[in-house]
This record gives sequence, structure tokens and C-alpha cells, in this order.
Amino acid sequence: MENLIALLIAAPLLGAAVLLCGGRALDRTGHLLGTLLSLASFAFGLVLFTDMLGKDAEERALHQHLFSWIPVEGFQADVAFQLDQLSMTFVLLISGVGTLIHIYSIGYMEHDERRRRFFGYLNLFLAAMLLLVLADNYLLLYVGWEGVGLASYLLIGFWQHKPSAATAAKKAFLVNRVGDMGLSIAIMLMFTTFGTFAFGPVLEATGDTGEGKLTAIALMLLLAACGKSAQVPLQSWLGDAMEGPTPVSALIHAATMVTAGVYLIVRSGAIFNAAPDAQLVVTIVGAVTLLFGAIVGCAKDDIKKALAGSTMSQIGYMVLAAGLGPIGYVFAIMHLVTHGFFKAGLFLGAGSVMHGMNDEVDMRRYGGLRKYMPVTFVTFGLGYLAIIGFPGLSGFFSKDKIIEAAFAKGGTEGWILGSVALLGAAITAFYMTRVMLMTFFGEERWRKQAAIASGAGEDYQEPHPHESPKSMTIPMIILAFGSVFAGGFFSIGDRFLHWLEPVTAHEHGHPPISAGAVTGATVAVLVLGVAAAWLMYGRRPVPAVAPRGSLLTRAARRDLLQDDFNHVVLVRGGEHLTRSLVYLDHSLVDGAVNGTAASVGGLSGRLRRLQNGYVRSYAVSMFGGAALIVAATLLMRAV
Amino acid sequence: MNPVNYLYLAALLFSIGATGVLIRRNAIVVFMCVELMLNACNLAFVAFSRLHGNLDGQIIAFFTMVVAAAEVVVGLAIIVSLFRSRHSASVDDASLMKL
Amino acid sequence: MSTLAAATTSTGEAVQFWILGTVAVLGALCTILMRRAVHSALCLAGTMIILAVFYLANGAYFLGIVQIVVYTGAIMMLFLFVVMLIGVSAADSLKETIKGQRWLAALCGIGFGVLLIAGIGNASLTEFSGLTRANSGGNVEGLATLIFTKYVFAFEITGALLITAAVGAMVLTHRERTERAKTQRELSEQRIRDGVHLPPLPAPGVYARHNAVDIAGLLPDGSPSELTVNKTLRARGQIRDVSSEALNDLKALEQRSTERLERPTSEEASK
Repeated sequence: MENLIALLIAAPLLGAAVLLCGGRALDRTGHLLGTLLSLASFAFGLVLFTDMLGKDAEERALHQHLFSWIPVEGFQADVAFQLDQLSMTFVLLISGVGTLIHIYSIGYMEHDERRRRFFGYLNLFLAAMLLLVLADNYLLLYVGWEGVGLASYLLIGFWQHKPSAATAAKKAFLVNRVGDMGLSIAIMLMFTTFGTFAFGPVLEATGDTGEGKLTAIALMLLLAACGKSAQVPLQSWLGDAMEGPTPVSALIHAATMVTAGVYLIVRSGAIFNAAPDAQLVVTIVGAVTLLFGAIVGCAKDDIKKALAGSTMSQIGYMVLAAGLGPIGYVFAIMHLVTHGFFKAGLFLGAGSVMHGMNDEVDMRRYGGLRKYMPVTFVTFGLGYLAIIGFPGLSGFFSKDKIIEAAFAKGGTEGWILGSVALLGAAITAFYMTRVMLMTFFGEERWRKQAAIASGAGEDYQEPHPHESPKSMTIPMIILAFGSVFAGGFFSIGDRFLHWLEPVTAHEHGHPPISAGAVTGATVAVLVLGVAAAWLMYGRRPVPAVAPRGSLLTRAARRDLLQDDFNHVVLVRGGEHLTRSLVYLDHSLVDGAVNGTAASVGGLSGRLRRLQNGYVRSYAVSMFGGAALIVAATLLMRAV
Repeated sequence: MNPVNYLYLAALLFSIGATGVLIRRNAIVVFMCVELMLNACNLAFVAFSRLHGNLDGQIIAFFTMVVAAAEVVVGLAIIVSLFRSRHSASVDDASLMKL
Repeated sequence: MSTLAAATTSTGEAVQFWILGTVAVLGALCTILMRRAVHSALCLAGTMIILAVFYLANGAYFLGIVQIVVYTGAIMMLFLFVVMLIGVSAADSLKETIKGQRWLAALCGIGFGVLLIAGIGNASLTEFSGLTRANSGGNVEGLATLIFTKYVFAFEITGALLITAAVGAMVLTHRERTERAKTQRELSEQRIRDGVHLPPLPAPGVYARHNAVDIAGLLPDGSPSELTVNKTLRARGQIRDVSSEALNDLKALEQRSTERLERPTSEEASK
């Protein structure tokens, strides 16, 4: 069975190699090959999963040692895989959702002449992501981590003819690089501390290591997670990453890649458990991002950017849960999986809407679309209900558990974190209802008359909204099923908890208020958020031109000034720093170097005068030298 | 008189010859000064021969003379060819040993 | 001969030493201070002869004679020969051109001399063994015995050195003719082709009152013509100057003599 693990990665990797190197000959069939290999990977995953279910909980982890990568005395880097319940969850999520999105892309990218390459990149992404979650040491994980970053870069900038896409890709790459630096430093720290970076030995050794070192490692890991999972302060790339094709947004920037940070934190749980200060920082990062993303999501008129804000916010929940330690790990992963379903579904729905609307993304030019695209409306609506945590749907179970765990953290912290999580749930309900209302309900603002009235040019082409082809709707339907039933399936009887417990460990939290009260509060804020949104966007017609809005709204439209902040603090600061460094370099370093050179040169210039070319001058020095030797001889004799 | 005075005389002549080498520019005169130094050495050898009571010092002086003769032959040949190419026998004119 | 083996010499030798020694030092000083190379050479020759006398006085009879024959007779004459070859009358300027050279030279010379003399003074050489015993079989025989026994290798090698030096001198001064010498006919043809100076070169001094070969002939305007003097002399810079002042002096002298002798001037005579 172990040998199948490598095949999980090999299948999409082969697809990427064939599709990217194959050339135009594969233009007509390439997408099918890519989808097939992705499906193969999912099939291998299912086989391994059934095999795993047949074993006892403690014996489920599989290991495969492929080859020794860097065999150096005292430094052993292996290409080895580890498939335990945590990895298994990710494998199924990645390859499953990945395959659905491959299928969806067949329809979505039908008219793109570079479709083969797109599927190649998607396969490359799958391979890298699977490598990330299957690696049994941090170094190999780092390889997958970077591969995912590369695939993300290539896919965000897939429409590289658009300057905005090229810029967004570069931005994502650069911001991710900051996080990658954190991961590489963490790995180096691990090596100096533990002498290895394999998961097993590192995580076992945390008990005997000083807290300071562990906190440093944990913070560096958190930095890495922030970069990949778009958490504050490295969140700025996610919104711009929506420049990529919508399937990419769904696969990478909603369901899978951005969850890598959560995976990293949960996987390194033992380190975080031993470093409570770092855990506190993790929860703070999660809570801040949760609110940040939610507020941004409220203000965006671009449907994909609103969903991006939502993604950020939901991952904030996961990070918050992961920061809570053993009481939260399982729920972080559970929310991750359910989020994978409904967020992928929402994005695919958004893509379907755009597909029928001439790639329009401004929700103020939508409206009343439920009549024209019923399948999209239903699946999107189910995803919507799931994400706001409508009782009985996926999001309800997973989010409710996280809020409960946040309260269970205990003390003032617990109250603050729990309240933030509750507030986040309210805002989530608000902005998702807003998206829903602006898109599928209300007036048909996309009619030519209305569009021109709202400032579109005379050459505005009135779209003809229509339902998307089968290849797009079927994945949406499957994902909608997941959105509805996954949460309940996981939660009833604590199935997911028992499944993951051997890997992540779990403690039952004891919230200061009863679980029922938490659930009640969650439902209450949900109703509040939906009601507020209905009051603002459902009862009144949506203005076709965005009103000026309050200060907060305007700030939120600019992503809460994240880019301005980065510009002022990092870009300007960096410029000043480099300028002063250049000045120092010129004055001090170059001054010293040039000064030395000049003094040597001057000295040589003077010494050169001794070399005047006159034989007699040389004769004088010779004779003087002879005199000195005689003097020395006499002196020695005298002594 | 102590015969050691011959040594003093040799030292004096040697120093004068050396100074001459340093201050004269005409290659021939420089060369003459070198010969003067050699002769001073010969005088010292002869005096030492007397001091030690054997003839080895005189033998060395004899060899010095032979070598000096060889040196004069080559040196004067050099001066002549130098003069041919530069129309001058000044040692300062041949200051090519610098950039 | 017995005086050779003592702490002091005979009075005669002492007198001879002090007189000739003084002369030798003076000769050496003149060698380095005379402006003309030929004078330096003569002074050096004098010093060498005195040294020869000192060799004799020290019992080095063979060396004394060789000093006179080889050094003074051969080597110094070779020097003089070369001096003649490259310009006997050219006087060196004693003005120093390298800054500080003279002071450094003097310092080094005096310092070295003082050091040597101090060294000799320190050596406490009071007892001289003398050469009585070494010269008992004859000085030349003694030297010969040593040369052909103990120093035979050195002797052979110096012989090789002498031969090498002779060959070297020949190589240095010999110039291989790389092209056929031009015949007189070719030379005249070339002169006409070049068209620079068609007639034969003017003779030296033919336009003036002097007719020595080292005096440039005067052109009609009274300026000397370098062309009239031999190329070698020109190269050595040995042309004697007949400046206009000298000509004027001559003219004035002529005028005076004419007036005194009441003879008609040449101009009047030509009329």
C-alpha cells in the first residue's frame, strides 16, 4: 500500500510534465489528460483511504521512503512520505476538489487557446500541494511549499497579457516570499536545535527543548503560514490574486493552497503546544484576520474580491482555532474541509455567473439572475447558507465548534476571542447575504439602460445571462452536496474528531457558557447579520453607482489601506533604508576602501620616485646596503 | 710604522673609488673607479698575505686581476656599443629602468 | 727581508709609504674629480703604479710587476683607447642632475670608509708574520706552486672566463653587415635622385680663415654650416665654435694691423 503514496504525487506531476513539454500536439486532448491524471490521483487517494479505514486508529499512518536526497554526515534529507489521517484528509480534499475544478475548467477555459498550459499548471499545483501534505520532513514540505507558490504565481498571472494579472502574480510571489523566508528560517532553527527536520523526531523532541527556541521556531512557522494563508500582516496578495481565472481562485485561493498555513500549524502542533506565547500570537493573528477579511468583504463590489475577503476571514477562523491548541486543531481542519467545499462551490458559482455575464465582475451590474441561471442560483445559495452557518449545513457545525473552542480558551482571552468569532459570524452573514442579494435578487441592473445610467460607456454590450454547460454545473452540484452534508456527517457522533484525534490530539474544551448558549448566540448573530443585509440591500433597490459610504466603507474598499500601509511603511521605509545604506556604503565603506587605495597609491607614488631609472641611484642604495651590512657585522662582533 | 697602515690606505682608496662610482656620470670614469676599488682590494690582499705569512692572499689578488681584465674587456665593449647607439657615454642617459 | 716579519717596518718603508700613500690618495681623488676622462685615466694610472710599488714593498714581487705590465700597461691603455674612441676632448659636466645624489654618495662613501677603518682598527693586527719563509723558494716559484696545485681549478676557470670575455667583447662590438655596401656609383645616383644636396659636401673652413677639419665653414651670412664638418666629429660634439664674436675680433685685429702697417685694406686692394 505504501507504494501508492508516491503515485498520488507522480500522476499529476506526470501530467504537468507531459502537458508543459508536449507542445501543440496535445492542444486538443491535453485538458482531458490532465483531468484524467487528477482523477487518478483521487482514485489512489480513495484506495488508500479505504485501506486506512480497515485498520486500527493507531496503525493507520503509512510511511514510504523513496530515496535519500542529501545524504551527508549529520545532515540527512530524505524524500520520504508520511500518510496519516491528517494527510489523508488533505489528500482527499485536494485531489477531490482539484478533480472537480479540472472538470469545471474544461468548460470554463474552452475558448482559451492556452488551455493545455492551464491544465499543466493545475496538475503542477496538485503535485506540489500533495507533496506538501505528504512529506514526512520539513525540508520536503518546503519543496512542496515552494512548488505551490510557483504554481500559484503561474496561475494568477495566467492571463499575463493583462498588466494587472502580471502585477498581481508578482505581488503574490513577493509577499509569499516573506513567508517562505520564515519557513526556511524555521527549518534552519529546527536543524540547529534538533539536528533533524523529520516530523517524527522533531515533534517528539519538543518536550526537552527550551521554550525560547520553540517560540522562535513557532513564530517563524507562523510567519510562513501567514504568507501562504493570507493572514495579517501578509494578507495583501489574496485580493489581487483574483486576477487569475476563476477556477484558480476556487482551487488555490479558496479551497486548498491557502489552507497550507493551517496545515503547517496543525502539523507542527507539538511545537506550538510547547510555546504558549506563540500560540497566543497565532490566535491574535487569526482573530485580526477574521475581522479584517470580513470587513473588506462587506465593501467590495467585485464578486470575486468579496469572496476573497470571505476566504481570508474563514481562514482566520481556522488559524484562530489552530492557535487554541488541542482544543481547536480538529475543528480547524474540519472547518478547512467544509470551507473547501462551500468556498469552492461559491467561487465556481461566481465563475458561472461571470461566464454568463460577459466576464462582468461588478455586482452592481448584476441583479435578478436567479431566473436565468437556476442551477447556479441553487448551488451558490446552498454554499451561501453553508458559509453563514445556517443550522444544519456544513458551516454551522464547523464554525460553531470553533466559536465554542474560542470561548473555551478561558479567561479574558477566551471571552475576547469568542466575541470576535461571534462578531465575525455576524459580519459573515451580512456580507454573504449582500453578495447573494446583489447577484440573484433585485432589479436587473445589467440591462443596457440601467448600465448606461450607472456610468457604462455607450458601447456597453448587454449580456445574455444563461446557465453554464454541464461540465461546469456538475462540479457545482457535487460541491453543493458537500456544502450541505459534510458538516453534519463529520459532526454527528464526532466522526471527524475520532478520525483525526490520533494525529492531532484533542482535549474537550470547557466553555464558560454552555454549548447550547454558544449555538444560540451564533444563530442569533446570524439572523442579525442577514436582517441587516436585507434591510440595506434587499428592501431597498441597490444603487447602480456605489455611494460614497462611510469612512470605514471607503477604507474597506481599499482593502483597509493594506497597500497604502505596505507602501508607506515597507516600500518607503525600504527606500529610505537602502538610500541611507547606499550613502553609508559610499561614504564609509567606499571611503575606507578608496582611502586605503588612495593612500597606498600616494605612498607608491612617493616610493616610485626611488625608482628613477638612474643606475647611480640604485648604486647608492646598493652601497648603502653594503655599508649597513658591514655596520651590522661589526656591531655583532662588538657585542 | 705598522704595516696595518696599508690596510687603512686600501680602505681609503676603496671608499674614494666607491664614491666616484656614485658621483660620476661618464661610464668610462665610473669604470675606472671600479678598477680603483678592485686595486684597493688587491692592496688589502697583499697586505694580508704579509700578515699571515703565506702566499694565498697574493694568489687571490692575482685572480682578481684576471677577473678585472675580463671585466674591463666586456665592460669597455659594452660602453663602445652603448656609445654607438646613443652617442653618449653617460650612465644617466640609459635610465630606461622605469615606466 | 727580515723587516717583513715584524710589528713595525723599516724607516725607509715608512717614509716611502707616507710619501707615496699621499700621492696615491691624491691620484685617486683626482681620478674621481677630473672633468676630462683622459685626465682621470692618467691619474688612475699613477695611483696604480704606486700600488705596484707597494706590492713590491710587501714582498709581492710578481704581483708588483704584473700590476705595472697588465694594469698600467694594458688595461689603462685600453681605457685610454676607448676614451680616444668616444671623444678625448669632451669634458664632463660635474653638475649633479639627480637631486641629493652627491650628498648621499658622500655620506655612503665616508660612512663606509669610517666603518672599514674602524673594523681594521678593532681587529688588533699587530703581529705580522712576514713572507720570509713563504718567499724563501722565490716569490714566483711559490705562487706557481700554489696556482698549479691548490688553485688549479680556479686557475682553469679564470682562463675560461678570459676566453669567454674576449668572445663576448667581440660579439658586443662586432656588427654584421646585413646588406651589400653601396658602390660609389649607386651613392651618386641616390644623391641625384634624392635631390637634396647635389654637389659634393663643402670642405670645412674653406669659407673662413681657418682650415682645420673640426671648424665649420661659414656660410655667406657668417653662420657656421654643420655640413662642412665630418659626421663623426659632429656626433661627438667636437666641432669648434667659430662664433661671430671671434670673427669680429679677427676683423678688428686685421683692421688694427692694417692701420699700423699703413697698408691698404683688402677691399681697397681689390679695387
